[in-house]
Amino acid sequence: MAKKTRKRWIEVTFVTKEGDRKTIRVPVGMSMLEAAHENDIELEGACEGSLACSTCHVIVKDEKFYRMLKEPSDEENDMLDLAFGLTETSRLGCQVIAKPELNGMELALPAATRNFAVDGHVPKPH
Amino acid sequence: MPLHVCVVGSGPAGFYVAKKLLKRFDFARVDILERLPAPFGLVRSGVAPDHPETKVVINQFSRTAEDERCRFFGNVCLGTDVSLEELRKNYHVVVLAYGAESDHRLGIPGEDLEGVFSARQFVWWYNGHPDGKDLPINLNDVETAVVLGQGNVALDVARILLRSPSELSSTDIAEHAVKALRTSRIRKVYVVGRRGPVQAACTAKELREILGLKGVEIVINEADLQTTDCDLEELQSSRIHKRVFDLFCKSATFTKCAGRDKQLQFVFFRAPVSLLAAEDGIHVRGVHLQKTRLEGNHPRKLVGTGEFEELDCGLVLKSIGYKSLPVPDLPFDHKKGVVPNYFGRVRSSDATNETERGLYVAGWLKRGPTGIIGTNEVCAQEVVTSIEEDVNRAVVSNLKEVPGSVGLESILSEKNKRYITFEGWERLNETEMEKGAVKGKPREKIVGIDEALAIGLAKEKE
Ligand SMILES: Cc1cc2nc3c(=O)[nH]c(=O)nc-3n(C[C@H](O)[C@H](O)[C@H](O)COP(=O)(O)OP(=O)(O)OC[C@H]3O[C@@H](n4cnc5c(N)ncnc54)[C@H](O)[C@@H]3O)c2cc1C
Repeated sequence: MAKKTRKRWIEVTFVTKEGDRKTIRVPVGMSMLEAAHENDIELEGACEGSLACSTCHVIVKDEKFYRMLKEPSDEENDMLDLAFGLTETSRLGCQVIAKPELNGMELALPAATRNFAVDGHVPKPH
Repeated sequence: MPLHVCVVGSGPAGFYVAKKLLKRFDFARVDILERLPAPFGLVRSGVAPDHPETKVVINQFSRTAEDERCRFFGNVCLGTDVSLEELRKNYHVVVLAYGAESDHRLGIPGEDLEGVFSARQFVWWYNGHPDGKDLPINLNDVETAVVLGQGNVALDVARILLRSPSELSSTDIAEHAVKALRTSRIRKVYVVGRRGPVQAACTAKELREILGLKGVEIVINEADLQTTDCDLEELQSSRIHKRVFDLFCKSATFTKCAGRDKQLQFVFFRAPVSLLAAEDGIHVRGVHLQKTRLEGNHPRKLVGTGEFEELDCGLVLKSIGYKSLPVPDLPFDHKKGVVPNYFGRVRSSDATNETERGLYVAGWLKRGPTGIIGTNEVCAQEVVTSIEEDVNRAVVSNLKEVPGSVGLESILSEKNKRYITFEGWERLNETEMEKGAVKGKPREKIVGIDEALAIGLAKEKE
């Protein structure tokens, strides 16, 4: 039997703030931030992946996938500190790189609902 | 019929609002007013020169400005060149996002001595803000500086004082600043906070960076790192405070390192009582502090212990918070220094729930001077949702025709006021980058307004 070639792309489902689902193909090696942008998914990326903001915050829906990711670096954690609606399985989209094991992963964009207390946001960095 | 929108202020709040409005309404026309020749607010004149990654967001803002339904009017100041009333007559929607350009005061004796500045003034100075270029700061005869406050801005200014000028000279720091820093004699910087390391208001990123500065010894009094049950509870409930506290603890265990000729000392549990004058009665020579401690439980109260202490210094930078300024005819909460609002709709006064038709507020002017660039994205979303609701309910436009840009242009031309377009800014931008390239800097900011105008207005058709 011929050796099965490794997948060149995976399927990832983004769940938008409004709860809409969009499944896209992401080439292996590409970051979720880039993939979202190529597919018109509204994920900010203020610093364009240079680990200087937290606007590409995504929530990995299934812990199984979260555990397959490389641990966040100190620098990523520093930025996650400032992310809205941080959860136990939060990551920065620019740091999540597509690999075959992640096929079928679901990522939610944190919902900033109407009643979100922008003003009550705890860290006061400036 | 187009929805005519005027956004005042071209910082993150203004640009995020513009971007979202353009996306949400394909019939929106958005004009962005900015009092300076250059756009981008504190991304240009606040974010530290040694944080170029943070400024990358400018690319995104520029794409918004290049949208054919968006126009930039630089060098136009609300309150002097055009009034709020005029804007409201000419646009369906006016969104105020002009930031916070003043400071909270300590309200203690000696605050106006020479050598005492707000962090905002110092930041404007090193970042080449046109209003900061003539700051009468003297770093040549001063060995010690005290920074009051322990938030990120405090750490920014301390870092700029301590970082080696050769490292700074390849950033976009203003030329006059790097020149002054090269001959600076400052060797010691105290960063003073009223509370302890558990309560420090900085973020882990900024703290990590300053703790790792080359050639700088870090001094932290280990006794300050002792925690009470109450502290531990606070740390449990705040990831960011916990990570910040851990960094303080880690760095305190590093003992004296040889070969470090500068020193950064974190001073906790001290509240400034007065700033002390030198013999000449003009210059600052020190800070008089009272020791403090936290008492009680939920809420904890900060009290003075009645013990006092002095720190000698020749420079004091107050980093205790920015404050917004009102403009005529705008409801304003003078105590908090913000515009009273209901989800971004300007309220007619503090006391009522009535809102001003077609008038909105965003960013630091709305929330007060806290939060990072990304916070303004969430804030802008809230404001744009309010605008959307009001447009749908025909509260805003009633789709009565208003002139929009045409009206603004005629107001400006009547007053003989020339404005910088986004193309004008791009010309200025190129000039700055060319000037910078010669020196190995990403840009050399053009600090003088006249010079900036000469470039930004050149070749502009009348
Ligand atoms: C020193 C400092 C460092 C910072 N560093 C970081 C950082 O590293 N990372 C990060 O994420 N955030 C940082 N921030 C926070 C960030 O800059 C703010 O959250 C953000 O800029 C606030 O946006 P804004 O649009 O409300 O105000 P601003 O950015 O202040 O924009 C307001 C704009 O309005 C203009 N304006 C003022 N008055 C008028 C008028 N009357 N008419 C017309 N225009 C007017 C101003 O010139 C300015 O361009 C920093 C802030 C400071 C002060």
